[in-house]
Amino acid sequence: MEPLKPVSPGARIALGAGFFAVFIAAWGVATYGGYVPPLFLASPGKTLLAGWSLLTEFGFLGDIAVTIWRVVGGFLIAAAVAVPLGLLMGAFKPIEAFFEPFLSFARYLPASAFIPLLILWAGVGEAQKLSVIVIGSVFQLVIMVAGVAGATRPDLVEAARTLGSGRLSILRRVVIPAAAPQIAETLRLVLGWAWTYVIVAELIGATSGIGHMIMDSQRLLDTGQMIFGIAVIGIIGLVTDLLFKAANRRLFPWAVL
Amino acid sequence: MSAKTLRIAGVTRTFPTQRRAAPTLALQPTDLSVAPGEFVAILGPSGCGKSTLLRIVAGLDRPTAGQVLLDGTAVAAPGPDRGMVFQSYTLFPWLTVEENIRYGLRERGLPEAQQAEIAARFIARTGLRGFEGHWPRQLSGGMQQRTALARALANDPEILLLDEPFGALDHQTRELMQELLLEIWEADRKTVLFVTHDIDEAIFLANRVLVMSARPGRIKAEVPVPLPYPRDWTMKTIPEFGTLKARLMGEIRDEVRKSLA
Ligand SMILES: Nc1ncnc2c1ncn2[C@@H]1O[C@H](COP(=O)(O)OP(=O)(O)OP(=O)(O)O)[C@@H](O)[C@H]1O
Ligand SMILES: [Mg+2]
Repeated sequence: MEPLKPVSPGARIALGAGFFAVFIAAWGVATYGGYVPPLFLASPGKTLLAGWSLLTEFGFLGDIAVTIWRVVGGFLIAAAVAVPLGLLMGAFKPIEAFFEPFLSFARYLPASAFIPLLILWAGVGEAQKLSVIVIGSVFQLVIMVAGVAGATRPDLVEAARTLGSGRLSILRRVVIPAAAPQIAETLRLVLGWAWTYVIVAELIGATSGIGHMIMDSQRLLDTGQMIFGIAVIGIIGLVTDLLFKAANRRLFPWAVL
Repeated sequence: MSAKTLRIAGVTRTFPTQRRAAPTLALQPTDLSVAPGEFVAILGPSGCGKSTLLRIVAGLDRPTAGQVLLDGTAVAAPGPDRGMVFQSYTLFPWLTVEENIRYGLRERGLPEAQQAEIAARFIARTGLRGFEGHWPRQLSGGMQQRTALARALANDPEILLLDEPFGALDHQTRELMQELLLEIWEADRKTVLFVTHDIDEAIFLANRVLVMSARPGRIKAEVPVPLPYPRDWTMKTIPEFGTLKARLMGEIRDEVRKSLA
């Protein structure tokens, strides 16, 4: 091991998989070894069995689909608002000065605290679920996008000006392309947060979704189902993360991410 | 052949106070006239206001007093009539070499075919053939600055403003770049304002060398370079070159010493 020396792709995958193995082994030792009572923590085998019955008998795939739909929907709404606004704020300082103080206040409002209000306003339907995700992510996203856009290298902006670019052209041809890879990274991060919000939203007043299933399992004290539900979220997160990273590499081959 | 006369009239720049420190006078009232097609080198110690002067001509910075006139018209903002190559690398990292060179052409809305034709011409002239599709991060420093030069030239500016464009390059690359620039200038005779702190470079390239004083900068001496064009590297070995160099060294040594004092 040398400081900052990169690892080969093969070694990277092996090491990454290695910790999963260690983690599952430790879980197995704790449960099969009888160190933790089954009431509190199901064993890996029990969890898989519970998952199998969830998928085949209880229509869990439908819950997964509903939850993914909510996450993607809420996330897209948040991004559609936050990315343009953030870009404008980053590029034009008066716009930033106008919104920034309010956003700095709003970003600290916990999305989960809005759930009772949102149920009052929007009922327990999809609008309420989406709202929780949007409230949870949009303010953070705007601030982060504005930060990225505002960090555009000023010498590149100046170079563009000497080449004849006006204000809008600088936004379109310099600020946006310069910020794009970082914005994509930010979106990847915030999509992860959206998953936390959707589950919170589904724990209260929902009739479908992964969160709702976890809540139901708690009533039955079925830790296997609960853990399986949580693990599914993790797996979906891992997959979207990999997809996002691959897409970013293809979209921004010029960047050294 | 460019046709506009550049006149710098009483241009002064003071940078405002930062946290109770005294304001910085970067540039004392400066006057300068540059005829169409002239190659003027500005020589001066670090921090004497060379970049400040060039940025004001480019329209990127505003003078505290005085003005910059192009054929009698005051410049207030940057424009494609004044192309600039910066001290730092400023290629757009998300554009390839060719796309970087086309940047200003696209801005002007030229038809694709014409953009491609102009870009190809400057790619050839700056020796970048075979690298059209490379990203800036795949290029050496010398190639990046050649691309930056091609990008500025492709726009066909009246005046070329070069702020130590070769300052970050190694000695050999630098000399090759000087010859390349000279070749281009000898063919096009564009007005050039070239900032440097390298005396050899200034004499080798320019028809006229201006020496700036230590901060606050002003033009303290003006030295014509009566060496004929076309020039090549052998020029650096002739006695006249040595005489000019000795004179400029004398001028600049005092200033560097002052800037360190
Ligand atoms: N934006 C600014 N704010 C405050 N002071 C500045 C600013 N830009 C330049 N200065 C000051 O003005 C003086 C001249 O700066 P300038 O960059 O023009 O020097 P230079 O001759 O180009 O130096 P170098 O050869 O190192 O590039 C310096 O003392 C610098 O500290
Ligand atoms: Mg400088």
